[in-house]
This record gives sequence, C-alpha cells and structure tokens, in this order.
Amino acid sequence: MDRRITIILYIITFAFALFVIRLWDLQVMRVDEYRKIDERNRIRVLNIPAPRGIIYDRNGRALVKNIPSFDITVVKEDMSRDPDMLAEMGGLIGISAEEIKKKIVSPTANPFKPIVLKEDVSFVEVAKIEARKMDFPGLQISVVGGREYIYGHSASHVLGYLGSLNLAQLRAPEYRGIPQETAIGQFGVEKVYDDTLRGIPGKKVVEVDAVGSIIKVVRIQKPIKGRDIHLTIDIDMQTVAEESLQGKAGAVAALHPDTGEVLALASSPSFNPNLFVRGIHYEAWQKLVNDPRKPLLNRAIQSQYPPGSTFKIVTAIAALQEGVIGQDTNFYCSGSIYFGRTFRCWKWAGHGYVNLHDSLVESCDVYFYEIGKKIDIDMLSRYAKNYGLGTATGIELEGEASGIVPTRAWKVRTKNEKWYQGETLNTVIGQGYLSTTPIQMARLTAAVVNGGRLYKPFLLADTGPREPESIVKINGQHISLVRKALVSVVTDKDGTGKAARSDIVSIGGKTGTTQVIGGRTTGDDVPDKHKDHAWFVAFAPVNNPRIAVAVFVEHGGHGSTAAAPIAKKIIESYFGEDRKTEMNNKG
Amino acid sequence: MIDRRLLNNFDWSTLLVAVVLSLIGVLTIYSATRPVLDAVQKTFYIRQLYWIALSMVAFFIMVSIDYKWYVRFAYPIFLFGVVLLIIVLVAGKRGMGAQRWINLGFLSFQPSEFFKLLFIIAMSRYLSQIEHSEKLGLRYMAKMGIYFVIIPTFLILRQPDLGTALIVLFIFITMIVTAGARKKILLITLLVAIISLPFAGKIIWGGLKDYQKNRIIAFIDPQVDPQGVGYHINQSKISIGSGGFLGKGYMKGTQGPYRFLPENHTDFIFSIFAEEWGFAGSTALFIMYLFIILRGLDTARKARDREGCFLVLGVTFMFSFYFFINVGMTLGLMPVVGVPLPLMSYGGTALLSNFLALSIIANVRMRRFALYY
Repeated sequence: MDRRITIILYIITFAFALFVIRLWDLQVMRVDEYRKIDERNRIRVLNIPAPRGIIYDRNGRALVKNIPSFDITVVKEDMSRDPDMLAEMGGLIGISAEEIKKKIVSPTANPFKPIVLKEDVSFVEVAKIEARKMDFPGLQISVVGGREYIYGHSASHVLGYLGSLNLAQLRAPEYRGIPQETAIGQFGVEKVYDDTLRGIPGKKVVEVDAVGSIIKVVRIQKPIKGRDIHLTIDIDMQTVAEESLQGKAGAVAALHPDTGEVLALASSPSFNPNLFVRGIHYEAWQKLVNDPRKPLLNRAIQSQYPPGSTFKIVTAIAALQEGVIGQDTNFYCSGSIYFGRTFRCWKWAGHGYVNLHDSLVESCDVYFYEIGKKIDIDMLSRYAKNYGLGTATGIELEGEASGIVPTRAWKVRTKNEKWYQGETLNTVIGQGYLSTTPIQMARLTAAVVNGGRLYKPFLLADTGPREPESIVKINGQHISLVRKALVSVVTDKDGTGKAARSDIVSIGGKTGTTQVIGGRTTGDDVPDKHKDHAWFVAFAPVNNPRIAVAVFVEHGGHGSTAAAPIAKKIIESYFGEDRKTEMNNKG
Repeated sequence: MIDRRLLNNFDWSTLLVAVVLSLIGVLTIYSATRPVLDAVQKTFYIRQLYWIALSMVAFFIMVSIDYKWYVRFAYPIFLFGVVLLIIVLVAGKRGMGAQRWINLGFLSFQPSEFFKLLFIIAMSRYLSQIEHSEKLGLRYMAKMGIYFVIIPTFLILRQPDLGTALIVLFIFITMIVTAGARKKILLITLLVAIISLPFAGKIIWGGLKDYQKNRIIAFIDPQVDPQGVGYHINQSKISIGSGGFLGKGYMKGTQGPYRFLPENHTDFIFSIFAEEWGFAGSTALFIMYLFIILRGLDTARKARDREGCFLVLGVTFMFSFYFFINVGMTLGLMPVVGVPLPLMSYGGTALLSNFLALSIIANVRMRRFALYY
C-alpha cells in the first residue's frame, strides 16, 4: 500500500506542477492579453457631444439654438436576452420585443456602444425609465445635442439641416473621428460650415460594473464647442421675402452690391429643418421628396429659367457698348416684327416710335428684336457671361445651377445644329435657350449699378472685405443711360415696374415675364402651370444702391404684378429697418 | 483528559496552515464582496469568521476523541447520513436551483457536506476489515458499491449536486485503488471504461441538465458564446490572467466587486485571489495546499492501524479533489462544476466539514504511536 501512496504522491505533485504551469501561462505569458480584456470589461469611453456653434444673422440674432434631447439606449453587452425581460423592457419603453431584437442586431458594432432604442423621448418618459433602470441592465438614457431652428421654415434652404453620418461619410476622411451618433450638417450652411460649427467632442472614460453602472469617472476630456458663425442674412428681410412668396413657388435673392453679401436668400416652398434634427421619419422624408412643388429645391440658386425681359438690361448695355444702337436710336413698334416668322411684342397694339429709354421702361420687345437682327449672338453672350450668367456664382451652398448662355459653339455642341439669327431675337428679350438663376440675376443687377464689379456672393459674414472677382468695363454714359431707364421703369406712369414704387426709398428695376407656352397666358381661366413666370430685378436707393434684389415667381404671371410688389416689400423692409436703427442710434 | 504524549504529537503546522488559508479566504471574501456603488459592506466575511471559530471548536472536540470510536460506530452514523440526505430531498430548503440545505432555524447546513466524511469512515471500516494480505477482488468492490455508493450518490444527484456526487465516486475509486485492488481488475476496468465511454457518454449526456451540458461545452470551447455558456470560465481566466506576476494588489481587484465574475466569493474565490496577488501569491497558496495534502499522505503512511490509514487517505483524497476540481475550473482546465475551494470559499458547512476532515488527519497523526487501547 505504501507503494501506491507514493505513486499517488507523485501524481498529486505532478498535478500541482501542471497547475503552476497553467498559472504561469495565464498570469505571466498572457498577462497583457488578459489585462486588455479586463480593461475592456470595465473601461468604457463615452462621448460627450460638443455643443454646435450657433448661427447668427447679420444683426446678431440667433437663428438656431442647441437644446438637449434624450434617447433611450441599451448596451448590448450588458442587457439580458431573456425574452420575458425583453418584453417587459419593450413595454416600459413602448416598443415591442421584436423591435428591440431587430435594433440590437448589428454584428460589426462595438458591443459596448449604446444602441438607440427610442429617440427624442419626453421628460416624462425619461423619468419613467430612470425609476426602473436598475431592473434592466444596460438600459440608459443618453443626452444628445439637439438643435432648434428658431425661425422654423425661415431660411431653411440657407441654414440646411442636420442628420446622422451616412455610409459614405462614415468612410470619408473629413468626418473621421466623429462619433457615429453625432448629428452633422447635411444641407445648407450647416453642411458647408460643418467643420467650423461641429466642435470637438469630449470623452468621458468611466469604469463600469458588469451591469453597466458607472462606478467611477477615470478621466474627462471636455468637449470643445463649435465656433459660432454670423451670416450675412438679415432674418427680418428674409422673413418678409418668405412671407411674400407664401403659397407660391419662387425665390428671392438679395445682395449687397458693394460686397456680394447675401442679405436674403429665400426659396418657396420651404421645409422645416427641425424635422431633421433627430433623423427625419421615413414618411415625412418621402412626403418632402415626392412633393411636386419640390420644397427641398433651393430655387434661389437651383432653378434655371429664362430671365425674360430682365435680360434686356444686358442686351441694352451690349448694344450701346458695341455701337449697334445709340442713345437716340428709334425703332417703330407696330406690335410685331417679321423676321423669318412673326415676333410679337407683349403689347399687341404696339408702342409706336420708341427709343432705348422708353423701350426699357415699357419693355418694348420690338425695339429689342431690332437690336437682335443686328447683334451677334456670341457677342451678346460674352456680355451676359461677363455679368456672371452661365456660370455658378460660387456662393457657399451646394448644388448651385449655372444656367445657360447660348453661343454658336454651345448650340453645335449640345444640339448639333447651327445657330439661326431668329434665335438671337428670342435671346435678346431673355427667352429661348437662355436660362438663369435668381441669384445670378441679383448679382447681374448689382454689377450693373455698382460700376461693373462682380462679386462672389457669400453667406459667412466674418470673412472680411473681398475683392471683386472681375470688373465689367462699360462706358459710364451707357451705364447711366440704362440706369436712368431702370429708375423710370418704377417711377414712370407707363413703367412696367410701377408696382415697386416706394415712399420710403427710391427703387430702380426691370420686370420680366417668361412665357411657359405660346398664346394667351394671362387671365384667371389659365391653369397655373401654363401661367408665365414672373421676374423682377431691382436695386435701391437709386443713387447709391445698397441692395440688389432678384425676385422670381414660378407661374406667377406678369413680372409687373407678381414680382415687382414683392421686391418693393423686401427693399422697404430693409430700409425701414435701417431707418429704425439709425433712429435708435441717434436716440 | 488528553494525554500529554498526544499533545506532543499534535501536528500544529498543518492546523496553522489551514487556519492561515481560511483567514486568507476571509480577506479575499472581504475584497470580492466589497461595495463599489452602495456603501454598505456585505457581511459574508463576518459570517465566515464565525464559522471559522465554530470550526476550531469542532476541530478540537473531534481531535480529542480517539478515531477508533468513529470506526466503531461507522455504520450507524453512515445510515444516519443517508437518512439526512433523504430528509433534504423531502423537506430541504431550495436555493440557487437546487435543494441542498436543511434549515434548523438558526442556521441551515448541507448534509451532503458531512455525508462525505461519514462515507469515508464507513469505507475505512469496511476496507480495514478485509484481510491484510488479500487483494481486493471484484466481489468486494461490488459489495462496497452497493452498500455505500449507489443509494447516496443517487440521492445527492437528485438534489442535484453533481460536484459532490462526483467527489464521492472519486473518493470511492481512489480508496479502492490504494487499498489494493488487483492490477488485473484495474486494467480490465480501465479497458471496459474506455470501450464503453462513447455509449456511457451518450447516456450520461442525455441525462445531463442543459446547464450541465453547457458547462461542458464551454469547457471544451469557451469562445462558443463568451457571454453565455463560457462566461464563467472566460471571466475567471480574465481575473487570473490580469493579475499578472505580482497581482493588482489587495482590494485592487475589479472582476469581483464589479460583478463581472459571478460566484466570486464562493466557487471562484481563487480567481479573485489570483487577480489581487498574482502568480507569486497563487503559487504560495498552492504550496500551502500541497503541504496539507502531502502531510495527509505522510500521516496515512505512519498511521498506527489500517483504519487510521484509510481514514486519512479518504480525507486527503477528498481535500485534493476539491482543490483540483475547483482550481482546475477557475484556470479553465476543467469544466465548471460547482465545488468550493476548501477552506477559502464562503460557506459555513463546507468550512466546518473541511476542518473536520483535517481533524481526522490530526487525530490519526497524533495517535500514531499509541499502541495500546
């Protein structure tokens, strides 16, 4: 028996040796590996969202504010998979156990990352969850930065909206290091200046126990708030512009002619960016996308339509500068002219003998057809291009359209056809292939009245004084001739823009009416979609212009009735406000 | 009452090591259950201290009684033990999915813990009565199996308490082997066991409860489902591994108090100890356990009679099995079987029964020269 005891002694000692070897393996050879897992067990890095920069208007009024919003989240690693628990948890939150299961299925994600079960819950719900949190391991309330657009729909196309990172952005280098749950700018200024507004998220390193309760905070790295930005927009004028466009489809672009500052940029219909803050609901998104009036389209920079008679400003300047006509050149308007086919003036009875001044004031088409007979399309187009048509203005917003300025080469390239002079007759009155955006027309107007300086329009106020992008050199006499005519458009009793006459400030401008179909296009019985598009470009005050405006109303009818009054309201609001502030300063 | 010679022969070193281990146990329980969020320290460690005191009293009482008396009354007290096991099943208290406790009002205890000792005493009596020169044949084994093993094991499995049932079986086998089972029989048994393993395995597998199956799956591959089946093993290995060579320091372990490691003050107390004291501390701990076991084997050799020898062997085997199964489990070398680490795990009955087991070793050792009755 002694022998057997000895054998057992050996066996036991051997087993001890084995255990010691195993200990050595775990505690010495693999200590780093296990230390890492141990840390991952209890160390969690929580993101502290950085408050986003505030967007102010030119007068320092906040257009957005940050508001906290609460999410119900769960840490997959900590939660119970028991179906009864899931059902009970779902009951507490108000979603089904199936939905919870669906949400927590994400094989690639970090199991410690909280998964959002329900977004943007009310305080009552928060209180309800907090009270019963202990019963459901892993269940947490996360505070997320929310954003409120104080003026609602106002300036929505400029401000844009927030949304979570999409797949492409998750991979894009410029968005690296942004916590996935961060709402970033997805449209408008919010997107364009996202890296300025975004800030740097902070980190909270905490130790948690097995059910995810925070035991202690190891380290806090405070978030750095995003930088505030000031826009060139005047929110009051913006609101007036939007109210004027209420119920219509259209756009307004207002610029400071001496700087290129965008004073107002309105597009109607608009949308409510508040809908996007916590991720827009599918139905709401579908409604926006499928709306035939296209509320997401920023018509001020994206809609391209023939500028109609507003383009006569360019034609007149080109014709004068190139000597096609002189100051006193008269043409007879009988209501129409024949050039290969009949070209009609908008006034069927005709204007009689008209000079350039009158032709602009009364918007006589025949006068310009006469120019069109003589002017070369490429030459005309060069002027149009010099005034910034045919290329995007370069405003910070995305998706800007460039419009079309037709040339012979353009026609060959796109239509594979040669240019007919008859088409020039269409072009001189702003019809035909020509198409422009409202902001292009506002800039053109600004350049005509500021001595030819073409500025790049901009929205960010803090960028300091800028140099004009280019200067259109035109004989000063020609310019003052055209300018005088544009003033008379508003002031003359026969002026097409007399609806824009203001008691507050002197306004000059030009109407435009773009035909949608041939034939009769006015009257109450004409369906909206066949109605003409209305344009009005304006500047004020006439002697030292401080604002240039382009108003465009889709299917609005005549520029004189549909667009001119809007321009007047906008300009009045601008100067009305100015007078108020001047008075305040004096007082 | 106690002979002076007995006192001179008393093995203080083993007792000292055992007491030190149980106090280390208390310290580790204290650390493992220390509060991290709610400020109140749980009282497990105090209760454990009471049980240590009680165990010491019981130890000295039992040591003072010559073990020949145990042997004399081996069968009646064995029967009494079986009756207790039946009572547990009929009127026992349930807890943690098993019915293992008898509630006496002021305390509850696990009869199966004591039953193992009674079983060892009965086995020793039976084995010592077999002629010294005679090799153990199949007939004896069958008899012993029927008398001592089958019914109690069945009762214990019904609780269910797989750990204890396995240990009873292991003690039975190792005692027979050391007692002198014929080599031929051992070989044949081994062969039959190997051949029948797949069939037996199938039957046993089918009879296991789901959680038991899962434990075995987890043992074979802990990565199968680290959060589910393999959770205990993984967290235990993380605790031990993250301790490193010198450990994180006493009261600096996180796996226990942060509740990553379940059962941290009972079955997985070694993981907590190893996290805080590292390889150095764990090896020292192993040496202390090894000392007790080797002392047991030495005592078995020196026992004055066969009864004493078998008693000490049985007790030492039991102690060793507990140690190896428990620590093997925490090291991921064995499947998760819910057995405590002797002397250190929280649990009064187990602690008492361990000290009683050690008292048997001390009892036999101090009386090794007493050649008279």
